Amino acid sequence: MNKEKLANSLIFSQLRTMWLVLKHTFTKADTVQYPEQKPYLAPRYRGRIVLTRDPSGEERCVACNLCAVACPVDCIALQQVVDDDGRKRADFFRINFSRCILCGFCEEACPTYAIQLTPDVELAEYDRQNLVYEKEHLLINGPGKYPDYSFYQQSGIVIAGKGKGEAEQERPPIDIKGLMP
Amino acid sequence: MMPEMLWKLLEITIIIALLIPMAAMLVWVERRVIGIWQDRHGPNRVGPFGILQSLADLLKILGKEDWIPPFSDRLVFILAPIIGAICVLMSFAVVPFSPDIGVSDLNIGLLFFLAMASLAVYSVVLAGWASNSKYALLGGMRAAAQTVSYEVFMGLSVMGVVLLTGTFNLREIVLAQSEGWLIQSQFVGFFIFLVAGIAESHRLPFDLPEAETELTAGFHTEYSGLKFALFFLGEYLGVTLISAMSVVLFFGGWLMPEPLSAWLPPLVWFIIKIMCFVMFFILLRTSLPRPRFDQLLKFGWMVMLPLALLNLIVTALLRLTGVL
Repeated sequence: MNKEKLANSLIFSQLRTMWLVLKHTFTKADTVQYPEQKPYLAPRYRGRIVLTRDPSGEERCVACNLCAVACPVDCIALQQVVDDDGRKRADFFRINFSRCILCGFCEEACPTYAIQLTPDVELAEYDRQNLVYEKEHLLINGPGKYPDYSFYQQSGIVIAGKGKGEAEQERPPIDIKGLMP
Repeated sequence: MMPEMLWKLLEITIIIALLIPMAAMLVWVERRVIGIWQDRHGPNRVGPFGILQSLADLLKILGKEDWIPPFSDRLVFILAPIIGAICVLMSFAVVPFSPDIGVSDLNIGLLFFLAMASLAVYSVVLAGWASNSKYALLGGMRAAAQTVSYEVFMGLSVMGVVLLTGTFNLREIVLAQSEGWLIQSQFVGFFIFLVAGIAESHRLPFDLPEAETELTAGFHTEYSGLKFALFFLGEYLGVTLISAMSVVLFFGGWLMPEPLSAWLPPLVWFIIKIMCFVMFFILLRTSLPRPRFDQLLKFGWMVMLPLALLNLIVTALLRLTGVL
């Protein structure tokens, strides 16, 4: 009987299996003892959803509804209002985390980097109602993953304090009725 | 006369009162040890090292609804787990724990053990039948076929021991091993007894009656609450019983070689030997896959039975010629 046949023979293979398992007595457990020992979650881990602010401290969200459309479980609800200064804001913004599957599609859909997922997964509650987060619970005081991005400074929308053609990528508007070259 | 009987009753009570918590502890030990062998921790939250896990499980299972399926055969359904637990507990009556401890010195102790092991199959078959469901019935049928097949050479494998010691009394079998354990000459018999014992207590890799991957939970699919706990108790007591019988028949019971025997009392040595076997049972459970049912029966009838017969004949011949 050659070596390979011996290794595959019924009784030897069983004994070998038992020996291999027995050797694991001295192997360290792979388990992370969770509540005491937190596992490392990468910065881009898809956990609890937040709404971020632009560098000047204003809300980034323009309530365009793209996140609500992208959401596969329809857990986002919001409504748009236009303020006196021309900025668009969410009148209310509600995420039902008892439905949310943390897929991150809303983050991908967001044109203003407003909605972002964070590496916080400890969302457990005793009362299901407490999992419905309103805008005040979602808003954070920082820009999140894109520190320098400000939507209104990039787009051509006119708001108070920023006229037409004053955005970062714009040139001043041309007077098409003038005679100058 | 009376004080003697009372003393006996007290002894029985103490043995049962120790055996049942021990079976419960075995559940925790098994889960913990399997965890270690699978690079996990196992249950380690309840009490120090999770030692109270079984207590928590017990409290939980007592709080469960004791549900009897309306489609079942009520009386038999209730009776089945009780038969199982009682048969295993009865077998412990003939186990000699130490020179002075042991419920009964039955002169047919070994036969009594085999008879109780045979009766225990009724619990599984009746449970499968009374549950009136497909999975339970399949499990019960498998148990019947498996136990009947493996019983045959379980009895044959220990006949070598009887030949060499000349008695069915388990205490005398132990005492006959004071010169040397029977494993020296009966290693084939021991191997056959162990395999048959695993099949009798339907533990992995021979747990086809309850194979959860194919039969949900086999014969105890419909059981819950306290009756389910009784099945579990029976299973873990069965593991202990087979370990104890292996030690008594082949590893000299409470006896140890000269320098070691003085270190610890005989009962402790007996328990240590049993624990080694229990650990071996758990190791088997973690490492070996379950065979197909026809493979199991074929292995029993085509390999083990001839081997048991051969062992018996060779032992008899050697006995006759005076070698052993």
